[in-house]
Amino acid sequence: MHELGSILFLMAAATLRTATPLILCAMGGLFSEKSGIIDVGLEGKMLMAAFFAAATASLTGSPWAGVGAAIVASEVLALLHGFACIVHRGNQVVSGVALNILAAGLTVVLGNAWFKQGGQTPSLSHSQRLMPLVFPNAGDSILVYVALLSVPFTWWLVSRTRFGLRLRAVGEMPLAVDAAGISVTWLRFRAVLLCGFFAGLAGSYISIAQNAGFSRDMTAGQGFIALAAIIFGKWRPVPAFGACLMFGLLDAVAIRLQGLKVPGIGEVPVQLFQALPYLLTMFLLAGFIGRAVAPKAIGVPYTKEH
Amino acid sequence: MKNWNVPFAALLAVAALSPFMVPLAGAQTAIKPAVVYSTGGKFDKSFNEGVSNGAQKFAAESKITVAEFEPANETQFEQAQRRFAQRGQDPIIAVGFSQAVALTKVAKEFPNVHFSVIDSVVDLPNVQSIVFKEQEGSFLVGVLAAMASQSGKIGFVGGMDIPLVRRFQCGFEQGIKYANPKAELITNMTGTTPAAWNDPGRGAELAKGQFDRGVDVVYAAAGSTGIGILQAARDRGKLGIGVDANQNYLHPGTMLTSMLKRVDLATYRSFKAADDGSWKGGTQVLGLKEGGVDWALDQYNEKLITPDMKTQVEAAKADIISGKIAVHDYMSTNTCKF
Repeated sequence: MHELGSILFLMAAATLRTATPLILCAMGGLFSEKSGIIDVGLEGKMLMAAFFAAATASLTGSPWAGVGAAIVASEVLALLHGFACIVHRGNQVVSGVALNILAAGLTVVLGNAWFKQGGQTPSLSHSQRLMPLVFPNAGDSILVYVALLSVPFTWWLVSRTRFGLRLRAVGEMPLAVDAAGISVTWLRFRAVLLCGFFAGLAGSYISIAQNAGFSRDMTAGQGFIALAAIIFGKWRPVPAFGACLMFGLLDAVAIRLQGLKVPGIGEVPVQLFQALPYLLTMFLLAGFIGRAVAPKAIGVPYTKEH
Repeated sequence: MKNWNVPFAALLAVAALSPFMVPLAGAQTAIKPAVVYSTGGKFDKSFNEGVSNGAQKFAAESKITVAEFEPANETQFEQAQRRFAQRGQDPIIAVGFSQAVALTKVAKEFPNVHFSVIDSVVDLPNVQSIVFKEQEGSFLVGVLAAMASQSGKIGFVGGMDIPLVRRFQCGFEQGIKYANPKAELITNMTGTTPAAWNDPGRGAELAKGQFDRGVDVVYAAAGSTGIGILQAARDRGKLGIGVDANQNYLHPGTMLTSMLKRVDLATYRSFKAADDGSWKGGTQVLGLKEGGVDWALDQYNEKLITPDMKTQVEAAKADIISGKIAVHDYMSTNTCKF
């Protein structure tokens, strides 16, 4: 029994570790999407943030300077997205994809120019990283707790504040918000900036807490999984958080069950466990989640009527 | 002469403009060596970096520049090999088993160019195939792992799940059982696509999963992914074993040893042979006897290796060389029964 308890506890810890970047990223994306701006560029923001976190931490020796630089880098991409989609009413999906490609290329080019290690940053020493805290649970970085707190924060901001009400309104019916004398542009920019902030934290976690340095394409599609979690959670913070935990758990289970011998069947192939998250996603999307209703005005640029 | 110069100048211009080519230097009669790396990237601190070190050693000694290309994905292998051949690079080394298919095609198109392939066999007269007996080196680090482990639980994290990586794993397992028949080995593979060579985050998570299950020595045979595995070992205060290149310097104090696969030596020798005219096609199998694989002992890990461990592992090494211990090659039967 004690054995089982300890396994469950370790699984929970592993789930949280893998889910942390997803949670942060999903909460950020939620703000953007709630305001009516699709954010396919989460992956790119996170990658750029991961690079600048590691590069700055390596150059200055301070992990917190790294986190700061990561947030700035992510915000720059967020502003770029806002500039293209809010100011110039560009296609939001295209702009997001462009940001992803930009980040994938730019991180490697800058990394090569600065560190000459094929796009990687040098390995970070302990003092340059956000090391695991000893308390309350040994082994978790402070950003894990930030991610956990980001969920109630997002819920509170979106559903219990005036800003949140307006945010939801601008995603459903920007015309009404505009008619009430509130700037659609400014509201959406604030949403996009919040998104950049959280994506910056997610990126920092990946490169200076979970790992010790940046390597090419290290976000490995997690931005897209976060996006899927938002849709799974029907654009609501708590269910989206649940979806992130589910993806994290599946990953932890896949890792733990590898090479396990099932009585009567023998060793289960690795491939099965690796395909499991995707199979389950399709299964759940097809039958259990029901219709995911997006904010009505999502993806539609707002044109002020004169 | 003039007619000949124009395309040559154009070629040089192209060479200078393209981002991955280093402009050529050296005497006109000198060889023009080139390397096409594997997807792990030149700075993986492991397999590819070993090749790069060998190429650099040759370049420094001979003053001949080595052209290099780092493919972003597998589809670029063929293009890179062909482009180097078209530009008159000779010899060309293709790094990694996954280049074999492309090389079979390109080597036929350029029968006068000398190619080498590392980790695979391409049976053509102008191709030199260099393969290693990774199982023998892995056996030795397995002996060390079993002797260093307190818990009797040892971990293996491989990169892509292919027979070549299973060969490391199988030799490692045999070495462990040789030193401690009761020891247990937990095996994980990072993935089933070439991306598994370049995923340090997942590697770290796999290693942590093994540590949670009581593992206290982990062997990383996973290219760039290994950086994450060895980092996780350091973070948790467990022992890590590096692969291909000597990785002991990465984390002095928690690096038990490294399984050396002397791709640097193979690269250096191949270029050297091409330079002095003794280059030969065919297959070279480099094991312990040939100095192709070994275990690493240096100032970074000497404190972790007790005299007893050293005696045991050297005895095992001598026995493998003399044939007294036969290390099973996974790829000969596709099973790990020894």
